[in-house]
Parts: sequence; C-alpha cells; structure tokens
Amino acid sequence: MLACNCIEPQWPADELLMKYQYISDFFIALAYFSIPLELIYFVKKSAVFPYRWVLVQFGAFIVLCGATHLINLWTFSMHSRTVAIVMTTAKVLTAVVSCATALMLVHIIPDLLSVKTRELFLKNKAAELDREMGLIRTQEETGRHVRMLTHEIRSTLDRHTILKTTLVELGRTLALEECALWMPTRTGLELQLSYTLRQQNPVGYTVPMHLPVINQVFSSNRAVKISPNSPVARLRQLAGRHIPGEVVAVRVPLLHLSNFQINDWPELSTKRYALMVLMLPSDSARQWHVHELELVEVVADQVAVALSHAAILEESMRARDLLMEQNIALDLARREAETAIRARNDFLAVMNHEMRTPMHAIIALSSLLQETELTPEQRLMVETILRSSNLLATLVNDVLDLSRLEDGSLQLEIATFNLHSVFREVHNMIKPVASIKRLSVTLNIAADLPMYAIGDEKRLMQTILNVVGNAVKFSKEGSISITAFVAKSESLRDFQAPDFFPVQSDNHFYLRVQVKDSGSGINPQDIPKLFTKFAQTQTLATRNSGGSGLGLAICKRFVNLMEGHIWIESEGLGKGCTATFIVKLRFPERSNESKLPFGPKLQANHVQTNFPGLKVLVMDDNGVSRSVTKGLLAHLGCDVTAVSLIDESLHVISQEHKVVFMDVSMPGIDGYELAVRIHEKFTKRHERPALVALTGSIDKITKENCMRVGVDGVILKPVSVDKIRSVLSELLEHRVLFEAM
Amino acid sequence: MDAVAQWRNQWFDYTQYLRREGFLDDQFAQLKKLQDENSPDFVVEVVSLFFQDSEKLFNNMARALEQNVVNFKQVDAYVHQFKGSSAWIGAFRLKNVCINFRNFCEAQNLEGCLRCLQQLQQESTALKNKLENLFRLEQQIVAAGGSIPMME
Repeated sequence: MLACNCIEPQWPADELLMKYQYISDFFIALAYFSIPLELIYFVKKSAVFPYRWVLVQFGAFIVLCGATHLINLWTFSMHSRTVAIVMTTAKVLTAVVSCATALMLVHIIPDLLSVKTRELFLKNKAAELDREMGLIRTQEETGRHVRMLTHEIRSTLDRHTILKTTLVELGRTLALEECALWMPTRTGLELQLSYTLRQQNPVGYTVPMHLPVINQVFSSNRAVKISPNSPVARLRQLAGRHIPGEVVAVRVPLLHLSNFQINDWPELSTKRYALMVLMLPSDSARQWHVHELELVEVVADQVAVALSHAAILEESMRARDLLMEQNIALDLARREAETAIRARNDFLAVMNHEMRTPMHAIIALSSLLQETELTPEQRLMVETILRSSNLLATLVNDVLDLSRLEDGSLQLEIATFNLHSVFREVHNMIKPVASIKRLSVTLNIAADLPMYAIGDEKRLMQTILNVVGNAVKFSKEGSISITAFVAKSESLRDFQAPDFFPVQSDNHFYLRVQVKDSGSGINPQDIPKLFTKFAQTQTLATRNSGGSGLGLAICKRFVNLMEGHIWIESEGLGKGCTATFIVKLRFPERSNESKLPFGPKLQANHVQTNFPGLKVLVMDDNGVSRSVTKGLLAHLGCDVTAVSLIDESLHVISQEHKVVFMDVSMPGIDGYELAVRIHEKFTKRHERPALVALTGSIDKITKENCMRVGVDGVILKPVSVDKIRSVLSELLEHRVLFEAM
Repeated sequence: MDAVAQWRNQWFDYTQYLRREGFLDDQFAQLKKLQDENSPDFVVEVVSLFFQDSEKLFNNMARALEQNVVNFKQVDAYVHQFKGSSAWIGAFRLKNVCINFRNFCEAQNLEGCLRCLQQLQQESTALKNKLENLFRLEQQIVAAGGSIPMME
C-alpha cells in the first residue's frame, strides 16, 4: 500500500460505521417512501386540494430520494456495474426532480401563505357578524318587550291597574330590584311615593319637588342615571356591604285634557310630571344598556298616554253618573207632581160630585115646582131659586175648570152648535134678572153671523153669560146692549192687544161680542186687575151681589183657549163700561156628514133594545114607506102615529111625542117646513120633540137644509131595525143628559 | 124527509134564487124581521100595499108621458116615489130601473122614459109572481105546522 498525501489517512471500510450507515439509509428510504403514501392517503381523504401537480412532483422527488438511499445500501460493499448504473440513474433523476420541485415551490409557497391570511380575515369577519347578530337579537327582544308592556298597559283603563302593571312588567323585563313611581301631590310642591314594585303598601314618603336631581330628570325626556343615594332612590334600608345597583329615573308627563287640541298633537306644555325610578339589582355588576334605557323611555311615554285616557274615562263616567242621578231625581219630581195633580183633580172631582148631587136635587125639584100651579110671586121666587142654584152649579164648575185650566189639562169640547140660539138663550136667561133691576137688555145679532158654528158651545155660553152677568150686576139702571158680529180683518187689527195676531182663513171666522152697559163703570186703574182671579174691585158701592171673582179670570182663559182676546174699556166711574171679546170659531163643514149629531154612523154606547110606549110621529107621504117605518118603530115597542101631511102632523103633535121622523125627500112637499113649524111651536128646547129627517140621499143640499131648519138627526133611507134602534137610543140619551144640566 | 123539511129546503133555495137574481136584497130580510106575533102578516101587507101603489103610479106615469108637452119633472117625481117604495121593500132590480128612469127624465129623453116604464111594469109583474110563490110556500109550511125560517 502506498502512502498517499491525503490529509486523512484512507479509511478502511469499518464494519461498525458501515453498519450504522446501512441502517440509516434504510430508515431514510423507508421514511421517504412512506411520506408520499401518507400524503396520498390524506389528500384522498380530503375533498379539496388544489395543488395535485405539486404533490405528484413532490412525491416523485421523495420517492427518488428514497430510491437513491435505498440503492445506496448496495454500494457499501462491492457492487457490480449494473448497480452503479442504477445508482447513477437514480441520482440523476433525483437531481432533476428536486431542482424542478425547488423551482416550483418558489411559486407555490407564497400562495399557500396568502391562503392563511384570508382564513384569518374571514374568521375575524365571522366574529364581527356574530356580534352584530347578538345586538339585533337583543334589540328585537327589547322591541317585543316594549310591545308587550304597552299592550299590558293600554289594555286597561283603570289608572291603578295601569301603573301597577307598568311597574310589574318593567320589573320583569329588565329584572329590576325595585321600581317606584312618584306622583306630584295636589299642591304641586312635593312628590309622593305612590307605587312600588316590591313593597306592597308604600308609606307616604314625600320629597320636595325642587331637588336638583329631580329637576335634572324633569328637564330631559331621556332616562337619566342618578345616584343610588339620592332621596328618590333610597327606598329601603340597605345593609352596608351591599353595593347598590345602578339607578335610572325618567319623567312621566301627566297629560291634561286641555292638552289635546283637535287636529293637533299635544303640546307638552304641562308642567306636571311624575317620576319613575328603576333600580338594578345590587351586587350584580349589571349596567344599564342603551337599549334598556330606550325601553324605559318608550314605556314612560306610553304610560303617560294611558294615564290620560284613564283620566278622561274617569271624568266622563263621573259626568254620566251625575246625569243619571239628576235624571232620576227629575223623574221622581215629575211623578210626584203628576201624582199631586191627579190627587188634586180627584179631590176636585169628588168634591164636585158631592156638591153637584144636592144641587141637582135643588135644580130638579125647583124645575118641577115651576111646572105646578103657582102664584106669580111664588113663580118669581122659584125662578130665582132656580137661577141661583144654576149660578152655584156654574160656580162649582168654575172652580173645577179653573184648576184644569191652570195646569193646561182642560180641553175644549168642539162640536157643531147653533150660534144664534146661544145668544138667544143668554138673552132669555138674563132678561128676568135685568127686568127686576129695570134694565133693558137688547140683543143685536149681525145678519152675516153664521147660524151654526163649530166650537165649544158650553164654554162660549159661559163666557157670554159671565160678561153679560157682570154688566147686569154692576149696573143699577139704564140699558145693556149685546152685539154679536163677525169681525172683519180691518177691525181685527185695531185694538190694544200686542200679542194677539188673528189670522184669517177660509175655515175660521172671528166672532166679536160687545157688551155695553151704562152702569157704574170701572176706574181705569183697576182694569188690569179685573182678569186676575180672586181679585175684586173694592168699590163697595157697586158690589151688590157676591161672586167668587173667578168669573172674568176663567172667561179670559176660555177666550185664550179659543185663540181670542177679551178686554174691557171704561171711561171712568159712573160712565159705564164696554166688555168686548173675540173668539175664533170654525165654519160648519158642508161636506162632512159625520159632523151632524146623528149621522148614519152611530156609536152604540149602550143601545136600548126596546122603547116601550115611546110616542113618536112619522110623517111620510109614500104609503109603503110610511107603513114600513111604522112597522119598524112598532116592532121596537113605540107608540107610532103615522101621518102623511104637514098640517096633519102639526095637528097631531103634542108635547108627549118625543121623536118626529119626517121624510124630507118628498117631491113637491117641503118636509123641512115641518121642522121649522115645530121649532116655532115648541120654543123651549126640552119641550120640543127630537127631529129626525129621513132622506134618500145625504148630499150637500140636504145637509144644509137640515142644518138650517135645525133637525137633530138625519137617516138615510131605507132604514134597518138596528139603525132605528141606535138612533132612538142615542136621541134619548142625549136628551136625558141635557136635562140634567 | 118529511113534507115540512122539504118545503123548508125549497123555501131556502127559492130565497137564494131571488137574492142571486137580484129580485130582492137585504132590505127584504129587514122587513121579515119586523114580522112577529103582533103583526104576523106584516110583510104580505106591505108588499100588497106596494103593488097597489105601483099600479097607481104606473097609470100616472103613463098618462104623464102621453101628454103633448111632457112634464118630466112630474114624471121624475112619480119615479122618485116609486124608487123610494121599491127601496123600502128591497126590490133591487126595480130600484135600479128607477135610477135609469130618473136619468132619462133629467135628460128629457121620452124614448128612454117610455122604455123604462115598460121595463118597470114587466119587472114589477115578475116580482109580484115571485113573491106570490114565496108566500104560498110559506103558507104551506105554516099549514103543515112548521115555522118559516129566518132570512139572513
């Protein structure tokens, strides 16, 4: 062996070192072969891997490296040329691939690095979104709470419930420890603790209104954090070691009705606020979040509105209760008044009846006495008795009438009546009295005064009688003149009634009656008092007979009811006096047959079925007609005399005959003449028989004629039994009533 | 069915017939009501009176219408009287003819008047026969011991 000039001596193939190299190469190869397997395995496992080509390259590189090291194993010992070639090939390939890989990695590694950065960025973004989601959720929940709270608060109109509910719900939503409401007192100078959440019955704490903290809260419409130590927040005794939670206070405006204007939003010009104080739980380290504060503010506003609604409702309920009470009271008063009036009327009616009964006896017996044989003085006395009792009867009627007139329950009894006969009767009644005093009474009825009129005959007669009676009463001598005529429109305007407006119309006319006397006259100053009841003119010289003083008052009321006017003129004492009145009457209707007293339509109040012995007269020139009528009446039990001529009728007729049936449709014979003649023959109404006209047609002319001659009824031929029966019944009823008056 | 019942039925039918045909109306029923024990022959009496009167009236009317210068007012008066009587006994058709007659009188229509007079006479005779039948029937019923039914 040659010694070489190497630094180190040539190293012989040491067995140990060779062994270690051998093992290491083996393991390297192993590792190098297993890495690509692993890579393939995991890449296959994962779905996404963008750089397959790189992997292949890397795999190739590793595999070749492994192969190289593997082949190295054979080169430790003596090896053949094949092995050397394979080794060389492997090494060359490995060199190529590794260079290629190295070049490739220069491009790839930055990419991979940027992926990492993007990943980080996305993670941050996700975190941010999460945070925002959390916030939105919180807000939405807050909104839900507010809605629910509002719903709870607004679902009632009772003020206490509203406030209590507010506190309860707020406490629940925000998990408060304590929640309190301070309301201003009436004086407006203090705040009083009105409601709390936890304490059931808050003792009446008050704090003055003008504390700085309160002013601070009241001056802003936001929820304001205040110190837990301020007087409004110190509601309980807290043990020292507790750290009180944060406190927030908000103002609650108390809106007034006057704040709400139509079409206007309410101006918060009111200075009245309540204070709501909310306390978080102590020791909780919780803080007031913004959304919670907003919630509190919204709730405070809603509470304000709900409270004002409750206030409005309370007021309206109070007003309604008051009205109901008043209504009940009024109703009661009205019923009491009605009862009183009814009681009064009943009393008057009873008294009236009690007074009338003996008077009837007096009047009836006096009239009967009149019919007997009397000496002239006796006759005069009896007549005076009769007159006086009639006057007394009138007086009793007056009292009843007056009270009915006063309360408006008197109604006129409107019917058709003979106007002329009213005056004649008054004249007849007053003549005896006047002749005693040697007064002459003249009656002038105008020619154009209708014979018949529609009105209240009784009351009109009463009025005329009263006025004429007064004229007679207050005249010692001289004459009395009564004039009656239709008032024309010109004359209607010129008299001194400021509130009397006569209206002319076709249906109505105004009857004007003037009674002039030449008696004692009246002092013009006393004239207004004349028509007041119970007031009498005090001149003793002129008063000779009594009188209730009611007369003229009643007359005035009657005249007013008849839409007229009454007044008295006098030039002074001793110069006589003129009483005038105007009343409104209706013209008798021409074409309405029901206005006649006994028209074909008859009411059967109580119909007598038989009239035994009733004497009636029938006048008819037609034989058949006569016999049938006679048969009809005979069937009803009447004592019938049947004649065919007017003269015959007049011959036969007497006071005993109660009813006369006359046929007025006889051609050539004027049946009406009979009526006229009968009227002439029997001047006194109670002596005259009732007159009934039988006619074939009830037309205008017939009715006019009937009214003209003054029949009591008209019947259409042919007649049935029932019709005759009801006619007779009603005729007799009326006559009886008449005589009792 | 015994004789009385038979005749009563006949009576009913006959009165219905008379009513239907308009010979009589409700007024006749009223007349019948007036017939009682005090005046058992009331209806017969009235009817006889009627026909006696109508004879006279017809004669008067005929004579009046024969005149050269007819006094229609007079004729109208007679017809009016006859109409009244007819109405009283319920002679419906006669009454209607009278109404026409009066219209003709008012219009002074001689032809019409004469025609109506003739009609009146005819109707009157017819009614007389009918009523005689009715009364005979009633007599039979009464003679057989029955009672004349009520006319409604």
